[in-house]
Amino acid sequence: MAKLKDLAQLPEQLSAGHRLCPGCGVPPIFRLGLRQTSANLLVGGATGCLEVSSSIYPYSAWKCSFIHNAFENVAATVSGAEAAYKALKRRGKMEHEYKFLAFGGDGGTYDIGLQSLSGAMERGHNMVYVCYDNEAYQNTGNQRSSSTPMGSNTTTTPVGKKSYGRVGQRKDLTAILIAHHIPYVAQGLISNWKDLGHKFERAFEIEGPCFINVLAPCIPGWKIGEDAMVDIARLAADTCFWPCYEVDHGVWKLNYKPKEKLPVIEFLKPQGRFRHLFRPENKHVIDLLQEEVDERWSEILRNCEASKPAA
Amino acid sequence: MPELLALTGNDAVAYAMKQINPDVVAAYPITPQTSLMQKFADFVADGEVDTEMVLVESEHSAMSAVVGSQAAGARTMTATSACGLALMHEVLYIAAGYRLPVVMPVVNRALSAPINIQGDHSDTMGARDAGWIHIFSENAQEAYENTLQAIRIAEHPEVLTPVMVTLDGFIISHGVETVQIFDTARVQQFVGEYKPAFTLLNPHKPMTLGSLDFSDFYFEHKVSQLQGINYSPKVILEVGREFQRTFGGDCCYEHFEAYRMDDAEMAVIVLGSTAGATRMVVDDLRSRGIAAGMVKIRTFRPFPYEELAATLKKVKAVAVMDRSLAYGGDGGPVHIEVRSAMYGVNNAPLMANYIYGLGGKPIDLVHIESVFTDMQQAIATGKFPRRIGYLNLKE
Repeated sequence: MAKLKDLAQLPEQLSAGHRLCPGCGVPPIFRLGLRQTSANLLVGGATGCLEVSSSIYPYSAWKCSFIHNAFENVAATVSGAEAAYKALKRRGKMEHEYKFLAFGGDGGTYDIGLQSLSGAMERGHNMVYVCYDNEAYQNTGNQRSSSTPMGSNTTTTPVGKKSYGRVGQRKDLTAILIAHHIPYVAQGLISNWKDLGHKFERAFEIEGPCFINVLAPCIPGWKIGEDAMVDIARLAADTCFWPCYEVDHGVWKLNYKPKEKLPVIEFLKPQGRFRHLFRPENKHVIDLLQEEVDERWSEILRNCEASKPAA
Repeated sequence: MPELLALTGNDAVAYAMKQINPDVVAAYPITPQTSLMQKFADFVADGEVDTEMVLVESEHSAMSAVVGSQAAGARTMTATSACGLALMHEVLYIAAGYRLPVVMPVVNRALSAPINIQGDHSDTMGARDAGWIHIFSENAQEAYENTLQAIRIAEHPEVLTPVMVTLDGFIISHGVETVQIFDTARVQQFVGEYKPAFTLLNPHKPMTLGSLDFSDFYFEHKVSQLQGINYSPKVILEVGREFQRTFGGDCCYEHFEAYRMDDAEMAVIVLGSTAGATRMVVDDLRSRGIAAGMVKIRTFRPFPYEELAATLKKVKAVAVMDRSLAYGGDGGPVHIEVRSAMYGVNNAPLMANYIYGLGGKPIDLVHIESVFTDMQQAIATGKFPRRIGYLNLKE
């Protein structure tokens, strides 16, 4: 990947003037990521924060071609465009070089778009799918998704006399994508921007389906300050709540190991959506979440260890 | 030279697709469409076409991939039936809203519940307001010819509206008929090369497709979408006449076929395969001196209101046959349209609706005859026995 100052000179694909919230965790992912290829780009977006905020008629923040179809079908839509490209190339009707990228939030990816995503990945289209995971339906006002962490106060799992928020474990979508045995699957965060840039670069250079899951802190949904996005992402990495790793052609690699693994409580503390967990009666929820994080972290460590070549 | 082949309706449509050789086909299997896509897959496997096949995991993804592909500048087709069309429903509106000239054969089949795999028109009638052109076929020959013409209609620069070509499940899709397959080179010349009105894959002219439209533009965009389908009747006729001139076929190339209507006193209105049996009944009644006629509707969307009214105003009684129900509505959807067409016509004929054939229930000559008997009675008494009747229904 190029140096930051060089990257900054490259043309923007997602330009200023979009209407995402100030301090939103989503735009830097794409401003950084889409610079990692020099090919022409076709970007498809599932209905969600980034889509509605970047393409309000008669304006568009997209410098490259952009298509929005519906909520649950961005992977199928982009797979169709990629098939068209292949067909037109074969028939000598396409002289340009294109890369294909689809994005969705956790709602459009973990939930309603999972089938479409699974199909597109299994079929082997040459495309990159990026999930910006803000851990709830934030575009419609913080309703619980299958990515919402245990204990989170959402508008459909509100904290009440008999509720501590979302019950149960969040879905491990990255693991589901790894099970597709596609060439490249990765998890990243904007706090580890260099690593994230590498991940986009790698995904663009690989022929075949690639998937990147990026944690995207949400100012109103997570109830954090407009300046907090990077710090919160860093805490997600340092607590191993959001492990930063990749599986490249079956080889697992940990991309970030915190010097000192912090307890998950450090990730929860600055976020209003978890405030109620600090009441004594909810302590067990934090313990459960810690167990979940620890289990998933050790599994990733085991897999990365097993991928290392024998000494 | 045209070839005479013994083909099912599905095979005939697969032959049309082979001759069209679309850039991309995205498809998902569903009875009774399956043998159509299987046949087309054979053509791909044998290298007789070089279409890119996208074998998706649902019909929702089929139509979604079709939208992505057509928007990327490729001539793209799919085919489906019944619940598959229902699953596509959301994306049908999007394909039409983006003015993508997609062509989709639909093998008409009943919708659940109860689950049933046989033919009726519930599926496409449920999509009648989605913004697509609906062309019905009476037999395998028409399904073949309509599919070829649909490409020209959909892609016409003033139309740019997706087209579904329907054929009755099993009766047409699986019945073997003699089908005249026209010379491929001439068909390809007729269909022509696809020149997309726009494409996402032009780096010199990047575009955003699928913007969020609020109340300041949505209404205007939806009304402007009418331009295409409102222009299409003229194009449907032009393309039909050119097809007939080029290939000398003897199918219906109009918005509807008026059979023995010139001096008819009564008429049955019908869609699809039942027109064949109705024609036989009309001929039989005529041989007995009864002034029977038939109108076979070919284009259900756009619906030919004015022309149909001009034809029907000459008769005394009209019986509208519907192979689906509009629950809570006035019988079936064809009936509702024909009533609408006749509003304001002086001395409009008496009219009744006959529901038939749901879930593949057989419709025999005797049932169609009974409809003409009702019409004779209605002319004699000034009244149909009932507004909505059900043919071959067990009491």
